[in-house]
Amino acid sequence: MADKEYDIIVVGSGAGGGMATYQLANAGLTVALVEAGGFYDPAADEQRTQLRNPWESPRRGASTRRRPFGDYNACIGGWDLDGEPYTQKGDTEFMWWRGRMLGGRTNHWGRISLRFGPLDFKRRDIDGLGENWPIGYEDVKPYYDKVDKLIGVFGSNEGLYNDPDGFFLPAPKPRLHELYYIDGARKLNVPVYPARKSMLTKRINDQRGVCYYCGQCSRACSIHADFSSSTALIYPALRGGKVDLYTDSMVREVITDASGKATGVSYINKKDKKEYALKGRIVVLAASACSSARILLNSKSAQHENGLGNSSGHVGRYLHDSTGASRAAFLPELMNRDIYNEDGVGGMHVYTPWWLENAALDFPRGYHLEIGGGMGMPSYGFGFAANQYNEYLGKRVGGYGNGLRDDIRRFYGARLSIACRGESVPQFDNYCELDPTVVDEWGIPVLRFNYQWTDYEINQAKHMQDSMEALLEASGGILLGDKPGVERNYGLAKPGEIIHEVGTTRMGLDPKTSVTNEFGQLHDANNVFVVDAGTFVSQADKNPTWTILALSWRASDYIAEQMKQQNI
Amino acid sequence: MSESSEIKHSIERRDVLKALMLAPVAGAMLASTGCAWVSESNKQPTRWTRLPTQYSYARTDVEKQRDAELFAETFFREHELVTIAVLCDIILPSDHENGGALAAGLPDFVEFMAKDREHYKLPLRGGVAWLDNYSLDNFGARFVEADIEQQLAICDAIAYPDVQDEALQPGIAFFSLMRNMTLTGYYTTELGFRDLGYVGNTPNIWDGVPDEVLARHGKTYDAEWLTKCVDQSRRNITAEWDDEMNLIT
Ligand SMILES: Cc1cc2nc3c(=O)[nH]c(=O)nc-3n(C[C@H](O)[C@H](O)[C@H](O)COP(=O)(O)OP(=O)(O)OC[C@H]3O[C@@H](n4cnc5c(N)ncnc54)[C@H](O)[C@@H]3O)c2cc1C
Ligand code: SF4
Repeated sequence: MADKEYDIIVVGSGAGGGMATYQLANAGLTVALVEAGGFYDPAADEQRTQLRNPWESPRRGASTRRRPFGDYNACIGGWDLDGEPYTQKGDTEFMWWRGRMLGGRTNHWGRISLRFGPLDFKRRDIDGLGENWPIGYEDVKPYYDKVDKLIGVFGSNEGLYNDPDGFFLPAPKPRLHELYYIDGARKLNVPVYPARKSMLTKRINDQRGVCYYCGQCSRACSIHADFSSSTALIYPALRGGKVDLYTDSMVREVITDASGKATGVSYINKKDKKEYALKGRIVVLAASACSSARILLNSKSAQHENGLGNSSGHVGRYLHDSTGASRAAFLPELMNRDIYNEDGVGGMHVYTPWWLENAALDFPRGYHLEIGGGMGMPSYGFGFAANQYNEYLGKRVGGYGNGLRDDIRRFYGARLSIACRGESVPQFDNYCELDPTVVDEWGIPVLRFNYQWTDYEINQAKHMQDSMEALLEASGGILLGDKPGVERNYGLAKPGEIIHEVGTTRMGLDPKTSVTNEFGQLHDANNVFVVDAGTFVSQADKNPTWTILALSWRASDYIAEQMKQQNI
Repeated sequence: MSESSEIKHSIERRDVLKALMLAPVAGAMLASTGCAWVSESNKQPTRWTRLPTQYSYARTDVEKQRDAELFAETFFREHELVTIAVLCDIILPSDHENGGALAAGLPDFVEFMAKDREHYKLPLRGGVAWLDNYSLDNFGARFVEADIEQQLAICDAIAYPDVQDEALQPGIAFFSLMRNMTLTGYYTTELGFRDLGYVGNTPNIWDGVPDEVLARHGKTYDAEWLTKCVDQSRRNITAEWDDEMNLIT
């Protein structure tokens, strides 16, 4: 295959890369899909963690450095990869999560699938901060519509202007703790709706199964009833015969010719540790926002001295993550509850989108609320501080003996929690760059992060804390733990911790202040595209993936069209 | 005198315990045997269910290698492990229809977790030593060699975090850790599932909170919300929509 020239080389097989591979292969083009991780299919028993009991793991599902979200989590990767470090500048505490597997982070993501709304593309017009996108909701809407139908997402049409309707599958009914939340929210006039998530509550085709409510999507679904890039896009694309898949293949750089155009990529085969080259007419980067920036910065040549696509010096700039904060409460009314199977789909069935006007607040952007709780499967950590809620019942905390069994039963599932996810304001001074001295085990320079929150995010976190307290109490909860104050940034998660990295190769009309055009095409090399969240100008108070999928499809249509017209 | 023979020796002096031996229960699978160990005295364990040392559950090669290394390592000295067994048995006793800590193989679990999580090693080892020191100071015998009444008196002193006595704080911290480990190690076995009445982790059709539960909590599903929810009798009919985004199947 080495001498073959592909029409398209796609780097990275997550949301962006999976969609581009699927669309471009369906357009009749030959595709090399190059992925740094190994092959992965949760339907194969040797890779299945779904429906395993805790005692099948010697650590009962506890996390490890290599499985930070638990022994059964479907991520091969995490915060800390063997042989692939990243560094921080100054007192930056950026947290960078990387999935290294076919499908990338879409194997274990939360499947919260939210469209951006019309306002989200034009925030500068509203608050004067940051930049507008060069496109608007009307440009992306047709693709959101198509993504809904191709991949499947449950939700409900509520006619909300900035949380647009979609082609939804029906929603799962709320669980008991969610009914408490609904009543609490309504008391405070806070809206609450069915969640919007990409699990198949109804059949969409013959290839994928229909959800059987095990609640374990983070372990990846063996019947392919939740969206993973691999199960929903890449396997079908592979069956079409147009795609060659290169796994365990770490792309080092994009190779360019004397005219500055890309001719292919070089990659290291992790199995034999040797370097290889692939030839392609078009290179599509989808290695995740920071990894794609890293590849571009490492692709230095006489024509692209600062790295490919970086004549503006903007590659790596405007890196931003969602804001996050959370709080939990003890719900006395759920003590001694009846026990039945309420696993449902993985994570929440109901949520609250942003409901206020920022003009009246001391921070510029909104956030949404994700609701948690319920009778989860015991795994490592279950029973810790078993009877801590005795404190609220005037009983003694601690002790030993068979009475602990009653405590465990009494408090099982008597909890309600809220996690907020909000929009930050992208900053030129928040960025990733190449570390001047550190390389990974393949000899490739690694990323160094520079990132500080501003008062916009800190004030927003303060507001999140107030909202969560009010809502938890209105739902009948007794707040747990202390309310974090200014000394802890009001509980604001560290940058990167919410795992929505976006903005490093932002799109725009002006090549001096942006890296790509509205189709993710580099201003500096017209046969190189970025289809991950690097192109995001701003993040919205929505999770990014549905927009990555829509924009990748839109870019793919453009690529196929431009190739047909022989423009590229 | 090797440590284990030392334990056996000191134990032989005691009439209550005829044989404190760490004999594995041959072939006993975790929790499937209920009370697999037999004891002369209800408070003094002689045996516990041995946990498997081989697992097969979708691990990468590096993970497999690390787990193999952990299983090849021995952390606790025999005396420490026995002390942990006695303590676990007090925390979650065996005289129960769903078994207790020992039937759930707790000592093996604690041993594994101590190796898996480096930061448990010192608190566990130091905790056992503190317990022995305290027991020797007060009763002239190490914890496992003290009478059951004496052991329980020690536990009463350190089992409650609200106790202010400064001298007891290390013991209180250790006991809390052991209670956490015991409960988590027990409730993540089949015995624990049964004890709790856990019924999830299996394919099913979620169709809402059972009616009688709703009634008990004074909750209802409102009609408008239900129109947005899945009709489970139609889940296998392929989804189609009209142009107005309405699901029509
Ligand atoms: C626990 C968790 C929960 C999440 N929940 C949600 C949610 O509910 N909703 C939501 O919208 N988003 C969520 N996200 C974020 C979501 O997973 C990402 O937005 C999405 O996966 C990004 O897709 P991507 O294509 O940009 O990159 P990724 O999915 O990260 O895929 C990138 C791929 O590129 C490969 N790669 C990297 N570098 C190279 C290289 N040099 N050469 C070759 N290959 C390379 C990687 O191995 C990886 O497979 C969550 C993420 C996590 C981890
Ligand atoms: S909840 Fe449904 S979609 Fe998620 S893993 Fe289980 S069966 Fe699959």
